[in-house]
Amino acid sequence: MSNINHSSTSSSTHRLIKNKNGSVKRNELRGKVVVYSCAALIIIATIAITLFLTIKGLQSFIVNGVNVGEFLTGLTWSPSGEGDVSYGAFPFIFGSFSVTFLAALFAAPLGIGSAIFMTEIAKTWGQKVLQPVIEILVGIPSVVYGLIGLTVIVPLIREHSSGIGFSLLAGMIVVGVMILPTVTSISADALKSIPQDIKDASYGLGATRWQTIYKVILPAAMPSLATAVVLGMARAFGEALAVQMVIGNSKALPESITDQAATLTSIITLSMGHTTYGSLHNNLLWSLGLILLVMSYVFIIIIRFISSRRKV
Amino acid sequence: MNRRISNNIATSVFILCAVVMIATLVYLLGYILTNGFAEIDWSFLSSNSSSFQEGGGIKNQLWNSFYILMMTMLFSVPLGVLGGIYLAEYSKPGKITNVIRTSVEVLSSLPSIVVGMFGLLVFVQYMGLGYSIIAGALALTVFNLPVIVRVTEDSIRSIPLKQKNASLALGITHWHTVKTVLVPAAFPGILTGVILSAGRVFGEAAALLFTAGLSTPNLNFTNWNPFESTSPLNPFRSAETLSVHIWKVNSQGIMPDVLEIANGSAAVLIIFVLIFNLSARIIGGFIFAKISGKK
Repeated sequence: MSNINHSSTSSSTHRLIKNKNGSVKRNELRGKVVVYSCAALIIIATIAITLFLTIKGLQSFIVNGVNVGEFLTGLTWSPSGEGDVSYGAFPFIFGSFSVTFLAALFAAPLGIGSAIFMTEIAKTWGQKVLQPVIEILVGIPSVVYGLIGLTVIVPLIREHSSGIGFSLLAGMIVVGVMILPTVTSISADALKSIPQDIKDASYGLGATRWQTIYKVILPAAMPSLATAVVLGMARAFGEALAVQMVIGNSKALPESITDQAATLTSIITLSMGHTTYGSLHNNLLWSLGLILLVMSYVFIIIIRFISSRRKV
Repeated sequence: MNRRISNNIATSVFILCAVVMIATLVYLLGYILTNGFAEIDWSFLSSNSSSFQEGGGIKNQLWNSFYILMMTMLFSVPLGVLGGIYLAEYSKPGKITNVIRTSVEVLSSLPSIVVGMFGLLVFVQYMGLGYSIIAGALALTVFNLPVIVRVTEDSIRSIPLKQKNASLALGITHWHTVKTVLVPAAFPGILTGVILSAGRVFGEAAALLFTAGLSTPNLNFTNWNPFESTSPLNPFRSAETLSVHIWKVNSQGIMPDVLEIANGSAAVLIIFVLIFNLSARIIGGFIFAKISGKK
């Protein structure tokens, strides 16, 4: 009796395990397949973007026979005119780089200063107040920044300068404010990760807070702070609509900071919809896009380089 | 200089930096909300936009923004969460994992206008979708995917290892552990991240200019058949979202009340972004309290 009972339980357990094993294995495999294919999709998407935009961006050089040197250094841009066309994109490349550097010049000190305030001066309430401020600033859409630039900053510059207000300066201020939260939050993370011990050691030697900050904390955090600024610059370089709304989009090289200018992104935004697909003008816009793509890889390489130095 | 004086000067400079930043935010929000609130009323929210007359509303744009947001989330959340699970649980240190990490980094640092150009090339032209909601949503998926991947990976990695080991020690398989232990434990973090990213997607315009288009056909809000061209649900029609509308009226608008429309739209946009921000915090905190049994 007990024997039968035992065998029946054992067989039923056996069956249970066997059944379960089969479905479990299948489940496990299915899960793995789904997860791996999503991971593969991320790689495929990245390769597709790089490949498609590179091929399309090279069209103007290969199909239309545009001279690369002339494209990168030429000063006049009139690619859709009858007869004589010129395709010098240098003013836009210059515009993009100057907006990026000027914005970083504005955002880096302010952002790192705020990050030091958060992490070293008012550790508890500074954090509590500034953290949500950063999050909301990051969340404000770029068109809203552009709109405020258009209605506040442009008229302000118009009043105080000889220009019409739409200018490199306006673009720089708008983009500077936009990248400020990025720079601040990454800098704050960097400063937080500095071990308390080395700060205590500095204070223990009788250093003031300022001496500790600029002799101990800043040097220790320097690579990470540089990363924060470069990430901000990457964002500034690719920013499109906010810049387009305030910079004036003139096709000539700006002579002063209150002059109108244009960036790669602003020209693409402005002209992409009005050009015929496959025409020289259109292909040139894709080449401008290729510069943006290449630059975002360059920024990644710079960041990799900086953070590889951090480990040493 | 006396070191105490220099210390005080430095401290005041840092305080000034923080004050400038807070003042910027207060000014931005104050400006948008005070200028925009006056424009927002029921007829602004519920009437069609006009191309040259005064008094246009933002009904279609608002609808389009939410529809594209929903569709983007439908694509990007499952893909992103699974990708995050791969990085947190399945990846082994090595070349392939490095490639995926680099890919996520590249995707997240691509300017949104470049994502829009890719969308124009592949979704709009090669796949023949035209300027459409679905093309816009696919472009925004590319834009949103890396955010979801990172949030998911971070949330899963922050779960104590004990919890995972306990499950594995009970003989539960890896995938089952992921499904029944890790993902539920990471859920508050993932949800918070998803809602925050929704705010970002909601305000995005550059990636949509060349994918979802700059215009909306006349929508018939009594026709909910997604296959008809005037239906609001039709995913193959062009759709101008709220943020694209703000850009468009400012750069091409010829109606006399451009500024009013832009201010009103910006205020509506900001209010929704703030709602996303706030609800991310509240829901995240609430679910965390519930799961961790602290309440």
